[in-house]
Amino acid sequence: MMTQEEIIEKLKPILATYSKDKEALENLNMDSNFIKDLKVNSANLVDIVLDVEEAFDIEIDNDSMEQMLTVGAAIKIVQSKLQ
Amino acid sequence: MSQHRVVITGMGVVAPNANNLSDFEQAVKSGISGIKYQPDLAALGFSCCIGGKPELGDALIGTYFDALELRNFNNNSIIYGVIAGMQAWQDAGLTILNADDEPDWDSGTIFGNGSSGVEKFREAIYKIDEGATKKLGSTTVVQIMVSGISAFLAGKIGLGNQVTTNSSACTTGTESLLMCYERIKTGKAKRMLAGSTSDSGPYIWAGFDAMKVCNFKHNDHAEKGSRPMSATASGFVPGSGAGALVLENLEDALKRGANIYAEVIGGAINAGGQRGSGTMTAPNSIAVQRCITDALKDANIHADEIDAINGHLTATTKDSLEIQNWATALQRNGNNFPYINALKSHVGHCLSASGSIECIAAALQIKHNFLFPNLNCEDLHPDIADIVSADKIPQQLIEQELNIIAKASFGFGDVNACAILKKYKD
Repeated sequence: MMTQEEIIEKLKPILATYSKDKEALENLNMDSNFIKDLKVNSANLVDIVLDVEEAFDIEIDNDSMEQMLTVGAAIKIVQSKLQ
Repeated sequence: MSQHRVVITGMGVVAPNANNLSDFEQAVKSGISGIKYQPDLAALGFSCCIGGKPELGDALIGTYFDALELRNFNNNSIIYGVIAGMQAWQDAGLTILNADDEPDWDSGTIFGNGSSGVEKFREAIYKIDEGATKKLGSTTVVQIMVSGISAFLAGKIGLGNQVTTNSSACTTGTESLLMCYERIKTGKAKRMLAGSTSDSGPYIWAGFDAMKVCNFKHNDHAEKGSRPMSATASGFVPGSGAGALVLENLEDALKRGANIYAEVIGGAINAGGQRGSGTMTAPNSIAVQRCITDALKDANIHADEIDAINGHLTATTKDSLEIQNWATALQRNGNNFPYINALKSHVGHCLSASGSIECIAAALQIKHNFLFPNLNCEDLHPDIADIVSADKIPQQLIEQELNIIAKASFGFGDVNACAILKKYKD
């Protein structure tokens, strides 16, 4: 099982591709919201999901996708899919 | 309603023989061909294995697109159009707005394309058919919508006036210039980015190859392949690229001390209705002649005032017919015929981009007083030689004062456009 820290380390470069707020990226925490804090263009949320699927070799269904708006939610989803 | 005079104050170009305006001017003056053997066409079994493609390095592309934009990006025409458009805007000395600025309500764009991102479309279709629609990501739509190019340019500059894409086959570029001209003339915009672009490569050129309208006889001599007005012309050579022109009302251009390349004094757009001699792919000559005479009327000039013609002249059997149509419309022939040249002899037929790239060549000729050489017509077609004196079809660079150039483009669908450019004087 991957730890939270390990998952965050893998998420960071993915989020860096889309985030327009480099400071928020430095201070990434469980509550960091992709759109509000990281200033990701909402159209890119689907691209983040695709990148996460590839990085962790998982499939994320539409319902989970809708929830994946914060770092914390993303970790939860990744952990549940890896089980 | 007051009518505004309209001038060209900035230009940018990405062509098979140059990636910026100054290199392009040098290339057309020196008669440098951008036509090369294309191994990918040969590998796919094309009849015509030569073509014209801009050669862009990653550094140049990276100047105009950030890493995120280039992610999963697979669209030549948007890359060509954005580079040409941004070059034109910068050449005009205009501002690129910051993300938080108010949009520039007075500036817009009508930037044409034929079909956008045919390679991206292909990539997407394979994914869809594999049941992997989800994997298309977020940028498929903006790459394959035909207005993608105008949308990209508007976003990069901050345009707040009309932002659209016109599409009328090989007439697209000249039509875009005239549509932008009208919008400024009638006061609906202060400045417009006119231009057009075209994808390159097998998927955009294949249909023409199948129609056998491309030259398959010069695969071993690529630079000799594009032969407008030649007795041995045997089809066009496909090209690609983009051209962009900033059109601006004269008052504003003067107020900010802009460099003026030429004035657009009028033009006409029409169609032959695919009636008479006109079909989907062949021109109705009456309509072509009418387009030219209507353009003269619109510009309020007499046919004798035209110093030079920048023709459509693709290097098919229709070149002689085009020359005859000019002669009939202008009532000029022999030694009294204006100078005429065909940029397609340098860059091939850049399809939806052709009109814009050729308008740029025409405006450069007016600004810098030269006639670029026609390549590959040392064996002038006898039907053309019967209508026009050979010395009106320059094969060497001629440096001389030019006042008025007529530029026409004709396209599939039996559509025509003719623009009249004039040296700017107070």
